[in-house]
Amino acid sequence: MHYRSIAPGVLALALATPAFGASDADIAEIRNQLRDLKADYEARIRALEDRLKEAEARAAAAPAPAPVAPAAATAGGPSNAFNPAISAILTGTYAHLSQDPRNFAIAGFSPEGEVGPGRRSFSLGESEVTLSANVDPHFAGVLTFALTPDNSASVEEAYGQFLTAPYGISPKFGRFLSGIGYLNEQHAHAWDFVDAPLAYQAFLGGQLRTDGVQVKWIAPTEQYVELGGEVGNGDAYPGSERSANGVGSSALYAHTGGDIGDSHSWRAGASYLHAHSEDELGNTAASRLGIADFVWKYSPHGNVRETYLKVQGEYFSGRIRDASRQDGWYLQGVYQFLPEWRVGARYDRVDPRGVDGATYEPRKASVMVDYNVSEFSRVRLQLARAQMRGDLTDNQLFVQYILSLGAHGAHKY
Amino acid sequence: MKNILWKSAAAAAAFAAISAQAALSVFATVPEWAALAEEIGGDRVKVYAATNALQDPHRVEARPSLIARARGADLVVATGAELEVGWLPLVLQQSGNAKVRPGTPGYFEAVTAVPVIGKPTRLDRAEGDIHPQGDPHIQTDARNIARVAEALSARMAQLDPADAAVFQARTRQFLDRWNAAVAKWEKDAAPLKGARIVVQHKAFGYLIAWLGLQEVAALEPKPGMEPTTAHLAEVLATLEKQPAKMVLRAAYQGDRASQWLAQRTKINAVALPFTVGGTDGAKDLFGLFDDTIQRLLKGAA
Repeated sequence: MHYRSIAPGVLALALATPAFGASDADIAEIRNQLRDLKADYEARIRALEDRLKEAEARAAAAPAPAPVAPAAATAGGPSNAFNPAISAILTGTYAHLSQDPRNFAIAGFSPEGEVGPGRRSFSLGESEVTLSANVDPHFAGVLTFALTPDNSASVEEAYGQFLTAPYGISPKFGRFLSGIGYLNEQHAHAWDFVDAPLAYQAFLGGQLRTDGVQVKWIAPTEQYVELGGEVGNGDAYPGSERSANGVGSSALYAHTGGDIGDSHSWRAGASYLHAHSEDELGNTAASRLGIADFVWKYSPHGNVRETYLKVQGEYFSGRIRDASRQDGWYLQGVYQFLPEWRVGARYDRVDPRGVDGATYEPRKASVMVDYNVSEFSRVRLQLARAQMRGDLTDNQLFVQYILSLGAHGAHKY
Repeated sequence: MKNILWKSAAAAAAFAAISAQAALSVFATVPEWAALAEEIGGDRVKVYAATNALQDPHRVEARPSLIARARGADLVVATGAELEVGWLPLVLQQSGNAKVRPGTPGYFEAVTAVPVIGKPTRLDRAEGDIHPQGDPHIQTDARNIARVAEALSARMAQLDPADAAVFQARTRQFLDRWNAAVAKWEKDAAPLKGARIVVQHKAFGYLIAWLGLQEVAALEPKPGMEPTTAHLAEVLATLEKQPAKMVLRAAYQGDRASQWLAQRTKINAVALPFTVGGTDGAKDLFGLFDDTIQRLLKGAA
């Protein structure tokens, strides 16, 4: 212990000695050496600068080099060669709504989350950034975060995937869009309409994200059969945050589908969600929800670049937080009549079945047209007529843009 | 539920093991590699083509049927160079088939066997839907088919050693026939040398280089973007200075723009099969090039 406290003193003394002990001659000598050193380096720097100028002049005079190095386009330098694939989605909307969106409510339902038509006038949508890469030979990771117009950030998805599981099993863990239904797994920028169907808003608060674990299995058959199961903490509506160990929500689903000839393809499925919730007073409740979904696409010879027709529908039925059984559905069709142009129509309806005294069935009809100058940009006009109450009609107009930057997105079915 | 799931998984695995012994299951992204795998494998392979000649291979969706087929594949044969970037990664990831992940022997990319041309000097989406690793439409040069055949045969032999001798023998036979055919096609196509052409999509770079054609314009203003009237007017102006014989499009592309140009300039609109199945004549790989050369000669006449 003792010698440690002495050491810094000795060191300080040793360092100070040359300065204290130096004669004028020594100082002059050091000054000379420094001057020489400086002159030497300045000369060298000048020489290097001259060489650089020469090299630049030669490069400008020479013809453009032939693109030979295959690595040049794919990798930057050694420090960013392993950067994940990055993509960003920019969206924005102009909305003209005849009813004040602050009074939006779906009679008989009290969902939490992204519900309603959004704000009036111009609004910035969520700007989404996705990073994805393989982690090692066994894992891949995806992070999607959204920057909201009120300057907050949220984690949309952040999950790892186990890649080398046998028997067609793919496990996923973290936060991810649940595999229930058809539309739930799609990000908002891939939707065919500006907003989620009423049934998704009423039963799932827009979209269900699970913090937990998902396991999917694909059957080794020519017919597509997918079985999936998820367990999570149940924080997302219709669940709620609870202080409880174990599983807060669980979901099971099965999907099947295939092609009929070259021109038709389809997918259909059934899903079941069970979630626990707890209110401020500590009263617990359970939600049980079933979803049936189907999608059918027709495209001559299967060439979706040119034209296609897509029809999809989903039916929801369940008891939310111990309420009596309620249901809702939507049906929509989208027709791409030219490579750049699509038109679509959707009808939504939910039935509160007298919960909270609500007997009117909220409904909404939407039509849209969008223009896609390339695969990476979309501008959409949507008109909708929403009747949340029998005596109130909300006429809505939306203009929306969706731009995707960076890594090539996937063409999800 | 769980019990049933595990039992069916085990049964499925057993089934997969049996069928793997029977024949190598090949998932080809485009018809030309499906045809080539059949030439090499004969009855020792079971081949599935994920797309047909009338589909734009850039714009395929990860359909349920593709996921199910990729699930059971022993070998995925892709073109590579990001031709399938929009759908194949998603199909492979969703299939849960670890055997055919990129980087494993079960994943083969044809571009690795050929010299790639058309690498963009400027990587920017303002240039359209460009392919950063170069032009992926390698199958339009018949010599590339031979190069891919050798590499694919070696890969199939590696995955299925029991049938390696069959694959090697069949590949040798195929290459003998193929090289003779290539010599004939080159002789037949000699009058096409220097012929000026217009293309709809820049998809014929290898064909142009092989036969010595001369591309004077493209109808798509940028790769992957639909022709606009303003750009077509520019093409017309170019054609006044440099008259072309014909405008080429692949069978999967709409004929609106080509027909528009053909009506105004009296040049021939030629639809090429582009891959196996694109026309009635392109029944197999040999038919693909027989028909392509014939259509070009007719268009140039």
